[in-house]
Amino acid sequence: MRWLVLLAALFALQAAHAHKPSDAYLTIERNGATLTGRLDIALRDLELAIGLDADGDGEITWGEVRRQHNAIAALAVERLSITASSRPCPLAVSGHRIDTHTDGAYAVIDLAGRCEADDGLLAIDYRLLFDVDPQHRGLANIVDDGVSRSVVLSAERPRAVVAGDGRLAQFVSYVREGALHIWTGFDHMLFLVGLLLPAVLVRVNGLWAPAPQARPVGLDVLYIVTAFTIAHAITLTLASFNLIEVPSRVAESIVALSIVLAALNNLRPVVDRARWSIAFAFGLVHGLGFANVLAGLNLPRDVLLIALVAFNVGVELGQLAVAAIVLPVAFMFRGTAVYRQVVLVGGSLVIAVLGLAWFVERAFSVALLRG
Amino acid sequence: MRFFSLAFALCFLCATASFAAPFIPADEATVLERLPTRSDPSLAELGRLQKELAGNPRDIKRAVSVAQRAIAAARAFGDPRFLGQAQAALGAWWSLADPPPVVLVLRATIKQSLHDFDAALVDLDRVIAADGGNLQALLTRASVLTVLGRYDEAKRDCARLAKRAEPLVTTACIAAASSVSGDADGAYRSLDGALATPGKNPQIRAWASTLAAEIGARRGDVAGAERHFAQALASDPRDGYLKGAYADFLLEQNRPAAVIALLKDDTRNDALLLRLALAESRLPELQTAFRAHRDELAARFAAARRRGDVLHLREEARFALEIERNGADALVLARDNWSRQREPADLRLLAATAAAANDTQAQKTVADWIAKTGYQDAWLAVLGTRPRL
Repeated sequence: MRWLVLLAALFALQAAHAHKPSDAYLTIERNGATLTGRLDIALRDLELAIGLDADGDGEITWGEVRRQHNAIAALAVERLSITASSRPCPLAVSGHRIDTHTDGAYAVIDLAGRCEADDGLLAIDYRLLFDVDPQHRGLANIVDDGVSRSVVLSAERPRAVVAGDGRLAQFVSYVREGALHIWTGFDHMLFLVGLLLPAVLVRVNGLWAPAPQARPVGLDVLYIVTAFTIAHAITLTLASFNLIEVPSRVAESIVALSIVLAALNNLRPVVDRARWSIAFAFGLVHGLGFANVLAGLNLPRDVLLIALVAFNVGVELGQLAVAAIVLPVAFMFRGTAVYRQVVLVGGSLVIAVLGLAWFVERAFSVALLRG
Repeated sequence: MRFFSLAFALCFLCATASFAAPFIPADEATVLERLPTRSDPSLAELGRLQKELAGNPRDIKRAVSVAQRAIAAARAFGDPRFLGQAQAALGAWWSLADPPPVVLVLRATIKQSLHDFDAALVDLDRVIAADGGNLQALLTRASVLTVLGRYDEAKRDCARLAKRAEPLVTTACIAAASSVSGDADGAYRSLDGALATPGKNPQIRAWASTLAAEIGARRGDVAGAERHFAQALASDPRDGYLKGAYADFLLEQNRPAAVIALLKDDTRNDALLLRLALAESRLPELQTAFRAHRDELAARFAAARRRGDVLHLREEARFALEIERNGADALVLARDNWSRQREPADLRLLAATAAAANDTQAQKTVADWIAKTGYQDAWLAVLGTRPRL
């Protein structure tokens, strides 16, 4: 056995991919809230994933395929999820057929679905067969209100989005995606909250005291949020056009570390006056994190620029919304000891501990937090 | 608008592969697909082990056994699906920075087969740094380094095999590198000598004979090449790589009828189908078959491009040059291919496309490489005097 493998190493180069690899073909068409689609999966792949050759004679007959129709439908529906405006579009299998491609017979699965939303970002999440063959690819063609787009879905990039017809609709969709990312991306949110907590206070003789006026507080916050946005817009753009490349593990680890440092700065201020500079410095790293999100969306090149601008606008709006909620409350209670000791100190400690846990998880690939 | 989107969708479908219309078979007993298990019972064992592994995916012994068998099957059938299955078997360790050495070697082998040579070297360096006597890792690294044209490093790894590997393995390992770096004659002599002693393992002999035949062909020794190809085919008549190498030799000798006899049943294999089509193109009575196979190949390369594969660059460049006669496209592909791998076939391709496109820069790349490495090749020497490949 050992020598067999050894030989494989010796001249596998040409021989190992003389055949067509495992591809499935997906077409999805959206008309308003209605989806129709077709998924072609090679019978050989289905044999591996769910088993077709019931009598084990090495031949797959139509009868054997037919008896597995329920399992095939379940596989397609479980491993393929589609959302419009982040709301589900449940799929059902409406028919089973067979087609012959150049490399063998494929099961043709006809799909039909209805979305809860009839517009917005159409997102496809494809996880067929990656567990049994990580080299498998889904070659998808998505037709959205007349705009067609082809995309290759892989174990590394299982998600694709299309954003409807018209530039405005696309812009709105990506703004929404950006804002949503701040609200669901707990780490970015905590970093921001960590920076905002002391905004309603000033340092007087090495101690925190309530800020006397609202206007400087508001300006301070605007500087922080804007510095953060400008910084992440820079790196997000550079990364999206492949001008810089940072492994996601490194970027995500530094994002976590930035949360720890921002929170610790509240406990023992190193940077006091110009906290926007922290926001700027770490915003550069958070931008790399956003870039991984955008890369995961498998964006088409022609909408990349529009998506970038819109995504940044969305992130900025999302942050301003966070600030709009946190600040008035903080400003109201800034004079109390509870705010200075429990909220600022306690809150910063909690944020620092969470950030540290994320850092350890991301940097050393261990699971500390369930989530 | 609706019409255009439909037309677009249809074009997408026809571009990826030639589709017939979907149908519902009339008869339950209609056979739709024949699995490779039919021709090779050892795959049933692979299937059985895969099921066991699915029940306990962290069982490293079983995972290693599945991965080894799947890699062997990928090679035997020329079927990349098995490489994906090998990767899946190692799923629990695949993305770890520091998996056990046995997994590292297998991961490197899979990455190498996917032409991710740099990643393969990272894994192999790690294994060898911890255990300098890991024969498999040394041999694999030597073969990767040879593919990349780093011959001195490759030979050093081969030399480290000498104490414990079968002598034929060491000899072939060194010959693979030295035959393309200035000592084709010496490499051929030592390999020919080592093959004269009977050995136990037929597959190692098949590999070494194939190598000897290829070196012989590059030296212009037609009789020697023919003898070693016959020897290799006797040991392993179904091997896809060997058949491809022999077909290339036969095409060089302008013996297309022999190529057709050799490859007529291998149309599912892209590399072999290309050689079959090349042979058919030279035979007036086979023009119909040639056109069908040409279109089939074009569809397969289009599918591979859509997938984003770079694994077919060599075949695709040759297809563009020798079948489509599109020198400019072929040169772009051959250059891209050369930037990734440096085997004799890659250099020949670059030289042939450079000549066809009359590209002095690519011709200089070839000349510089030959001057730097001492590469010898009778075929290349007469390239300029040939009307076509």
